[in-house]
Amino acid sequence: MLELKLLSKKFGSNFAVQNINLLIKDGEFFSLLGPSGCGKTTLLRMLGGFEKPTCGEIWQEGVRIDQLPPNERHFNIVFQRYALFPHLNVWENVAFGLRMKKVPKAETQSRVKETLDLVKMEEYADRSIETLSGGQQQRVALARALVNRPKVLLLDEPLSALDLKLRQQMQVELLALQRRLKHTFIFVTHDQEEALTLSDRVAVMNQGVVEQVGTPQEIYEYPKTLFVSKFIGSINSFSGEVKECTQDVLTVNGFFKRPIQVKPTRDGLRPLHQFHHGAQVHILVRPEKLKLLKSQPGPEQNSLEGSIKEVLYQGAITHFFVQPKDTNFPPVVASQPNSALTAKKGFSTGDRIYLAWSPEDCLAIEKETNNATQS
Amino acid sequence: MQRNLNEVAVNQSSPALAFPLMSWFCLFLVVPLGIVMFYSFLTKGMYGGIEFRFTVENYIRATDWIYLKIFWSSLKLALITAFSCLLIGYPMAYVMATATSWLRPVFLMLVIVPFWTNFVVRAFAIKILLGDNGPVNFFLFHFGLIQEPIIFTNTYFAVWLGMVTNYLPFMVLPLYVALEKFDFTLLEAARDLGASSWMILRKILIPLTKQGVIAGFIFVFTPALGEFVIPDLLGGAKTMLIGNLITEQFLKTRDWPFGSALSFVLIFTVIGCLMIYLKSQQTNGKKKVI
Repeated sequence: MLELKLLSKKFGSNFAVQNINLLIKDGEFFSLLGPSGCGKTTLLRMLGGFEKPTCGEIWQEGVRIDQLPPNERHFNIVFQRYALFPHLNVWENVAFGLRMKKVPKAETQSRVKETLDLVKMEEYADRSIETLSGGQQQRVALARALVNRPKVLLLDEPLSALDLKLRQQMQVELLALQRRLKHTFIFVTHDQEEALTLSDRVAVMNQGVVEQVGTPQEIYEYPKTLFVSKFIGSINSFSGEVKECTQDVLTVNGFFKRPIQVKPTRDGLRPLHQFHHGAQVHILVRPEKLKLLKSQPGPEQNSLEGSIKEVLYQGAITHFFVQPKDTNFPPVVASQPNSALTAKKGFSTGDRIYLAWSPEDCLAIEKETNNATQS
Repeated sequence: MQRNLNEVAVNQSSPALAFPLMSWFCLFLVVPLGIVMFYSFLTKGMYGGIEFRFTVENYIRATDWIYLKIFWSSLKLALITAFSCLLIGYPMAYVMATATSWLRPVFLMLVIVPFWTNFVVRAFAIKILLGDNGPVNFFLFHFGLIQEPIIFTNTYFAVWLGMVTNYLPFMVLPLYVALEKFDFTLLEAARDLGASSWMILRKILIPLTKQGVIAGFIFVFTPALGEFVIPDLLGGAKTMLIGNLITEQFLKTRDWPFGSALSFVLIFTVIGCLMIYLKSQQTNGKKKVI
């Protein structure tokens, strides 16, 4: 178990990372997700021992490690640009860590071979680094770290240099590898999709602080801040004022004719926050939760009236940009999977339609008056 | 395609572009060397001139024990200078290459500034600095570190200091170029994999900046081998070096053929040393590096 206590790092007068508290379990695939400059790489470098924290502590299994140099931690890092040694061949790169630790020759041989097998690079053992493609270099970098059997593997945006197809392929391989080895992986990325796909848990970071920690599902379905909701996937937000708040339904007066209702989900994933009367809130709803209807739905559904401004066909799904009626709201996005059924309905630009969603499919977040993250 | 076109263009124009260089090379290097080589096989004239009679006597004479000893002391001084420059220059170049971007040109300037004064002047400056009543002795005496002045004048230490200060920039500049291109995340990677600082230096940093090390070594070693002014000024002309010997043959003894022969022996010594050095580097490269 890895524990970060009130960890901060200051560069000059700016906090790159501020008061981070995290608990990372053994064998967990944990992602640090955030936009560039959010402090995720600084945090990783502190874990790796390349930056000393300004204050705060890192504990690993009851041992404080934040002051230890990199070579005394049982961590290994996969660098963003791999940082493979260009004067050594694949085999020598992978063997480097074992040789530095004076592991006996025979054991080095077998462990390097085993690890190269693991990343499917055994045929390339004698190749020099510059003859390898990006994906192959990636595997060697992974092998070079894994061969040391680190308790924690740190990965600094390792897939960001690869093209999309290769990246997706490597994601699958990385996940399979982690499931098999059961090492703790701490994975830094700015790609929310990657984080959701791979992680057991994700910490979403913004401006040096952790905004939310949770499983991908929790983060996606129940974002706790506006920043998280907007950074993970896309989301529509409407502002409104709380009219009534009971144990199981929140009613919000918005800019639309009908008040919007918010209900907690039955599986308990998304409990209902209690707001006092008159509180200013954001109502958030994901595009895929919106349904397009030709006529107004019943009162048990939330709905708004509008006209289709733009239709963006994207193969698997179609995005509809809907301009709400009688408001100057930005268009609301509704995403529908493409099937024979939706094709038959034939919504097109200019159509007057209703957007409907169930009260369990949206959530309310209190408007923070002085929060810089509300961009 | 673009690249191909460029290559073609360069290839087509290259003979004409090489003309100034080639003519310079021929006129001022090949021709004079040819003359020197020609002279080295002639006989010394009665009154310092040259007699056009072929002989290999000069070369046989050059391998005399006395002259070999002179060669050896020159070689020793050049090697000591080159290794000292490497030991001092490498950390210097490292600091320069890792400094913040605005500091780098400042450091570079500081390395280049000594070139603005003639090296003879600089040698005299060191002579004064190390003099019996010079600033160094004054300083040491003043702080009670010594009771009597240390005699630096005409010592090997003074020669060494003069040689190193003179040749250091030739070592630092190629090393700086090599280190500036170096990807320093490799050092982090090595540290992450458990390498100690010494291992990082030996297994990563030096092998990957080898080009700079070789270039710097050649730039220092080659001129240092023929150097005689600095040892004369700071060492009191106590030890005869190959440079002194050759000058003497041309200017004092007026034995031009022997001087020419000695010059060629020097040239071949340099080439020979470089060959041995490069050869050893190559075999090192082929071996497993770890």
